[in-house]
Amino acid sequence: MAKKIRILLAKPGLDGHDRGAKVLARCFRDAGFEVIYTGCHNTPEQIVNAAIQEDVDMVGLSCLSGAHTYLYPEVVKQLRDRGVTDIPVVGGGIIPDRDMQPLYDAGLKALFTPGATLDSIVDWINTNIAAKE
Amino acid sequence: MEELGKRALTGDIRAVSRLIRNIEDQVPNTHEAIKHIFPFTGRAHVVGITGAPGAGKSTLTDQLICSIRAQNKTVGVMAVDPSSPFTGGALLGDRIRMLRHADDPGVFVRSLATRGAMGGLSKAVGDGIHVLDVMGKDVIIVETVGVGQQEVDIINHAHTVLVVLVPGMGDEVQAIKAGLMEVADIFIINKADREGARKLYKETLSMMDMGKFPSGWRPPIVMVESNMEPHTFAKSVDELYEKIQEHYAFLKDRNLLQERAQLKVQTEINDALRSAILEPVLNKLIESGEFDEMVQKLLKKETDPYTLADEVAAKYLVK
Repeated sequence: MAKKIRILLAKPGLDGHDRGAKVLARCFRDAGFEVIYTGCHNTPEQIVNAAIQEDVDMVGLSCLSGAHTYLYPEVVKQLRDRGVTDIPVVGGGIIPDRDMQPLYDAGLKALFTPGATLDSIVDWINTNIAAKE
Repeated sequence: MEELGKRALTGDIRAVSRLIRNIEDQVPNTHEAIKHIFPFTGRAHVVGITGAPGAGKSTLTDQLICSIRAQNKTVGVMAVDPSSPFTGGALLGDRIRMLRHADDPGVFVRSLATRGAMGGLSKAVGDGIHVLDVMGKDVIIVETVGVGQQEVDIINHAHTVLVVLVPGMGDEVQAIKAGLMEVADIFIINKADREGARKLYKETLSMMDMGKFPSGWRPPIVMVESNMEPHTFAKSVDELYEKIQEHYAFLKDRNLLQERAQLKVQTEINDALRSAILEPVLNKLIESGEFDEMVQKLLKKETDPYTLADEVAAKYLVK
């Protein structure tokens, strides 16, 4: 048996700043994870369908346009609506302090803002996202 | 595990994706699910698409999905990208090109990493095809990793193999080498608006003029221009799909599908024997530490690999 952690990395909404997502994709690859990167301009529906079809252990969202307060909870909600409760959603980007708690309340499992080191993100995944049985 | 197989038969997406995942992870008892679905396999048309990295396989696959969906047929895609030989991690990026189909319930896309397999595919592709087949997909597209000359395992799994060529990759000697150029049922010259496309067309043509086609099928060459002109691009890919259907009809008419099916089952029994016989022995040797001992003996030149293998065989194989 050879379990691998599979992660969907996506950029929801109208934002083309993908450097951060690409750096993370590369970092996850180097950490031994399988990363499905779906690029920019994804809709929440596309992300949810991809997460289900790819049977990932986690969805990572990156958005730098300020629309995280709508887009991140929407992905969580649509996963729940589809009966998916075992795929945690994690977000990153420029998230003002006042938005943090509402996002956690909406079901985001972790949020990583500027200054978060790559190692700290990989550590969080290794600790919190055990590959599925 | 058999339950998962039953749910996959009903087209349950979560069951299908979990089953493919279990096949990839080699979860114990996954074979029980495959045993359950195997009798229902063999219905879908399996199309392989292969070629060098960056040749345009994913973009062609994306457009091909449109052509197939326009005929109201459903599509399953397995897209393979390489695993890192160092970390075992992988960046699977084929899906980016196929995003517009993410909301279409008639399309199922799955990305797979090679996980050490050397033939341009993942070991999970063979059984993965079965799963997509029994979930009811009419056409299954298997996109290989970007290949070189020799990674042609796709011929053991696909009914129709598309080889994607692009201009600027070498002279006509490349075209007459063995391997990749021999496995095509259809050649695609992609990015045909680029310089050198005409020359590549002629070289591919003259390569084929030198060949023999015992089955009676001479691979056609389809020229596809840049996807930056969406209309002409779509039209070329529609033509490509016509050729794909022609090839499938040809195989059916001549009873050649059986031959392709035979290649697949040969591969499957080969793999199944390996996992039933070789892997348990290897695992035992690794667990007991004997494997490490053998490595040390070899490093010290106390013995050789063949003597060791004979000893292991004498111990485990009942003749």
